[in-house]
Amino acid sequence: MKKISFILNGEKRNAYVEPNDLLVDVLREKLGMHSIKYACGRGDCGACTILLNGKGVRSCIILAIEVDGQEILTLEGLSENKLTSLQESFIDHSSFQCGFCAPGMIMSATELLNKNPNPTEEEVKEGLSGNLCRCTGYTPIIEAVLDVEKKDVDKK
Amino acid sequence: MAIVHEFEYFRPEKIEDVIKLLGEYKSKARLLAGGTDLVVRIKDELEFPEAVINIKEVEELRKLEFIEGKLHIGALVTFTDLIDSDIVREQFPFFWESVKTIASVGVRNRATLAGNICSAVPSLDSGPALLTYEADIVVMGKEGERVISALDWFLGPRKNALKESELVCEIIFSLPERKHGGSYVKLGRYKGEDLAQVGLGILALEGNEYRLAFCAVGPIPKRAKKLEALLNGKPLTDSLIEEAKKLIPEEISPITDVRATKEYRLHVAKVMLERGIKAAVERIDGNGPAYGEKLI
Ligand code: FES
Ligand code: FES
Repeated sequence: MKKISFILNGEKRNAYVEPNDLLVDVLREKLGMHSIKYACGRGDCGACTILLNGKGVRSCIILAIEVDGQEILTLEGLSENKLTSLQESFIDHSSFQCGFCAPGMIMSATELLNKNPNPTEEEVKEGLSGNLCRCTGYTPIIEAVLDVEKKDVDKK
Repeated sequence: MAIVHEFEYFRPEKIEDVIKLLGEYKSKARLLAGGTDLVVRIKDELEFPEAVINIKEVEELRKLEFIEGKLHIGALVTFTDLIDSDIVREQFPFFWESVKTIASVGVRNRATLAGNICSAVPSLDSGPALLTYEADIVVMGKEGERVISALDWFLGPRKNALKESELVCEIIFSLPERKHGGSYVKLGRYKGEDLAQVGLGILALEGNEYRLAFCAVGPIPKRAKKLEALLNGKPLTDSLIEEAKKLIPEEISPITDVRATKEYRLHVAKVMLERGIKAAVERIDGNGPAYGEKLI
């Protein structure tokens, strides 16, 4: 076992890991981050998306030991104090049915909006193209992301 | 599914230390950069490395620079780095157009160009651009540095010219001196993150020079020499395009697999050739569809 330290949702955390432990398992099983979902296990579906140093990555194909010294944000950290405008927009648009894709969708869309606060529909589709949803047909998800900016403006 | 196979893990900070470890573990060592291919292969029990060497701390492999007309892409440069780079977008828009079609954001944030060419899969979207820009691949081993042309790099599906204890340090290509335009046409099963059923990259240089390379329609990404011989020296006309389309079955050897049938690939390659070469030639003078626009 090797000890690794990293920042998880703003707090310093340690974990003892084997070189072959996957990040998704360590975050879910050892550190209780159950928002992260595990589906394809090969980087194709986006259910396990987290932000690593601000970038959306697939935690199912990253070794836990690789994140020593780095910074991770999961859905738990994103909405620690209250829901983000993006999450509210997902609720307003009924963007989930079973909800299994939602944490990954929200993390990917958060990265997109951080980089590009006013995306076009094409840009939203491109940004989320690696996140699969088996229920909604995507339309309410795309609309929710497109509407966030308007929501933020309405609030001001 | 967890990883069953056990291995040692190293995180060297210097190229020399990477080479030393490669020398020690030889064919039992695997280099880890983005890991988007390697980790899946270890999981699937297709690879059983004794040592996994994470090279992400080797800072000198991280550079992305444009010096004296040459683009230097270090082994740790990810596809997102390339897509976000103004230099790549402005100076090498055809390369930029190709890498934008690879996988999805969440994979491109980790996956590297160097790792991609080391995987050397037949459907390699970055292959056609590297073959037509005639990139050089700089590798380092115990005996020092070697430069391998992209044209000699691909040896077979998942086989490349790298020797056992070597690593890729950087990929270099020059901006062509003549005016030029290019296009990468990729057909997946759906828009979004699919692998190519057929991929075609074209670099057209002023003076009627055409360089074409295919991927996903043979064991390796490859230059289309017969098509080039037909086209070179001739201005692009509709009848020339028709002649070129007839040559396609002699140029590529697609197979039937889960993504498409051989017949479909042969047919669609002709359509892609017509659209791609028109766009590449129009783009020489800044006309035609904008780079990044889907051509099929
Ligand atoms: S579970 Fe990680 S991408 Fe599907
Ligand atoms: S809501 Fe069920 S997978 Fe997206």
